[in-house]
Amino acid sequence: MANKLTLSLSPHVHNNDSIQNNMYGVLIALIPAFLVSLFVFGLGALIVTLTSVAACVFFEWAITKYILRREKNTILDGSAILTGVLLGFNLPSNLPIWLIILGALFAIGVAKMSFGGLGCNILNPALAGRVFLLISYPVQMTTWPKIQQFTSYVDAETAATPLALMKQAVKGDTSALNELPSSLDLFLGMNPGSIGEISAVALLLGLAYMLWKKIITWHIPVSIIATVFVVAGLFHLYDPYTFAAPQVHLFTGGLMLGAIFMATDYVTSPMTHKGMVIYGIGIGFLTIIIRLFGAYPEGMSFAILIMNVFTPLINTYCKPKRFGEVVKK
Amino acid sequence: MKKLQSSLVNMVLSLTLIVAVATGILAYVNQLTAGPIAEANKKALNDALKEVLVEGSQAGEPETYEMDGVSYKIYKADKDGQFAGAAVESSENGFGGALTVLVGFDKEGNIINYSVLNHAETPGLGSKSTFWFKKGEKGDITGKNPGTKALTVSKDGGEVEAITASTITSRAFLKAVNNAYAAYSGQHVDTSSGASQQKKEASAQVTTTNQ
Amino acid sequence: MKNFKILLNGIINENPTFVLLLGMCPTLGTTSSAINGMGMGLATMFVLICSNVVISALKNLIPDMVRIPAYVVIIASFVTLLQMVMQAYVPSLYKTLGIFIPLIVVNCILLGRAEAFASKNKPIPSFFDGLGIGLGFTMALTLLGMVREFLGTGKVFDLPVVPENYGMLIFVLAPGAFIALGYLIAIVNKLRKA
Repeated sequence: MANKLTLSLSPHVHNNDSIQNNMYGVLIALIPAFLVSLFVFGLGALIVTLTSVAACVFFEWAITKYILRREKNTILDGSAILTGVLLGFNLPSNLPIWLIILGALFAIGVAKMSFGGLGCNILNPALAGRVFLLISYPVQMTTWPKIQQFTSYVDAETAATPLALMKQAVKGDTSALNELPSSLDLFLGMNPGSIGEISAVALLLGLAYMLWKKIITWHIPVSIIATVFVVAGLFHLYDPYTFAAPQVHLFTGGLMLGAIFMATDYVTSPMTHKGMVIYGIGIGFLTIIIRLFGAYPEGMSFAILIMNVFTPLINTYCKPKRFGEVVKK
Repeated sequence: MKKLQSSLVNMVLSLTLIVAVATGILAYVNQLTAGPIAEANKKALNDALKEVLVEGSQAGEPETYEMDGVSYKIYKADKDGQFAGAAVESSENGFGGALTVLVGFDKEGNIINYSVLNHAETPGLGSKSTFWFKKGEKGDITGKNPGTKALTVSKDGGEVEAITASTITSRAFLKAVNNAYAAYSGQHVDTSSGASQQKKEASAQVTTTNQ
Repeated sequence: MKNFKILLNGIINENPTFVLLLGMCPTLGTTSSAINGMGMGLATMFVLICSNVVISALKNLIPDMVRIPAYVVIIASFVTLLQMVMQAYVPSLYKTLGIFIPLIVVNCILLGRAEAFASKNKPIPSFFDGLGIGLGFTMALTLLGMVREFLGTGKVFDLPVVPENYGMLIFVLAPGAFIALGYLIAIVNKLRKA
């Protein structure tokens, strides 16, 4: 009797659509980015991503079973695997294993399960894990390996990322922008950075797949990208030697990964299309402000987390019109 | 005793009484602690100076020195009645805001030690400047003389290893140290008439490197 | 016996940090290490005991309509006194606690206990209430400081336990204060209910 009525958390849907289908769909969309990362970072990318997935699934299983003591375990719904992949994609490929496990513990334990599990979390778990690692271990999290050292892991040689160079330009080093790789290299992914974020073209392929499969709508990614382009463009027009060009901002750092895969997380983004656009504009604007004037080179993860917190407020003010309601004159 | 009614007279009297007593006590304690407070402040400054100056020397009152529109505080030190270098307070814009550093030099202009007085750098990255450049650490600058060669990070062709992942802070820090030296050597020439021309050139060189 | 109950009440049942959730600003701001948390707790306890006793002794002299300004003057006087003494004799602790010492004046625990307890009770119970609440506050802040210092730098009371490289810097910074406090409150609530 007890098990016949399932009381579960949202999303509630009445067709073949399910959490599993959506989560695995997103995972398929991430494959191109993963292939590029293997090509660029080699062994390190594989180790970091696999460790992250394994740790996330383990913590989800262990916490559900031993701390929350729920009968039904949710590890097979794919959300923990997705969190693991996204967390791994947000880390440098030379990060030591114990740090990855710690990040996974924070992502699943603190940001997700403390709030009650999938559907109840306020913050995107993978991003919370990344930001936790970034603030706690800034040195390890901001030294990225040079590209194409296939067989190296933690011993890889490191290089400055495009974002670090852009930060130096804002801080008065006028020659830093000249050291940037070409926009084409940035677009294809031939530059140092976190594992999954480097190749804009692979991530855009993933976006196309998700739009085709109707896993997400266009509102959030497009509004973020457009806002970043406009705001960064205005700064660039004001002073091209200090502020990098808008396409450089678009193709560097976690911007594409964030806009396409992290900001669109169902649980932590607004429900209505109007709300999604407001949310996207907020993320784009905050990203550029933090990138140019903040203490850390990358602002994408902070911007998404900040707007995650605003999501309930946006939902309150962007309610869909009730069916049958009479418009007041 | 019964509780006082809230009449105007009662209220005024009661508040006045409380305030008067409180003022009296505070005035008395203030008088009592004024001496120890001044001593504690002086001791804090002296400890910072002692750390960066030649061992056994005594720092005097600070002098201000103006260079390129920026003023520097210079504490000159004496040892056994002889001039024994100075500590210079110098400030530069770091990554998160002003980075103020107290640098100690010996008579020849070699760096003895430094102490970061104030900073707003990123925790765990730029904030490492408080120890990174000290003796025995990775970016050791002690014993170096900015007069012979301006200090720069290895990335800019210098000899000092920058703080990992904090090039901007490292550059600002070394700039502050170089400026401190420039102010020190300029001051050195001004006050002791017999100082050599060489010092002046050295300071000029440092200033140009920074521009 | 009754006084002992009042003392325990302040430490456990009405623990200002874990149960009443009062005085959150110094709790989050000063607990970056165990010794700082303890210093802040003791400073607050001193002011709390003094103000509780004085307010309770003067309660009949203070007309109801001006009681709040009178309490604030009394509390502020003790804080200023403490500030001057600390500046003179423990300058290093004074420097780390910084702005939070003068801010004891606006700590709602003090005015809260003055209103809720001292203005209704005799000086001796008020003394024990101040001691109990003060001890509860001190213990909570020391515990939070210990947790944050251990997770953040791998030390407890400045004694190294694990190598510093493993410390999670976030716990020394503001976000870690919120996270650590949240989990401590959860654990304490669970223990109290059990």
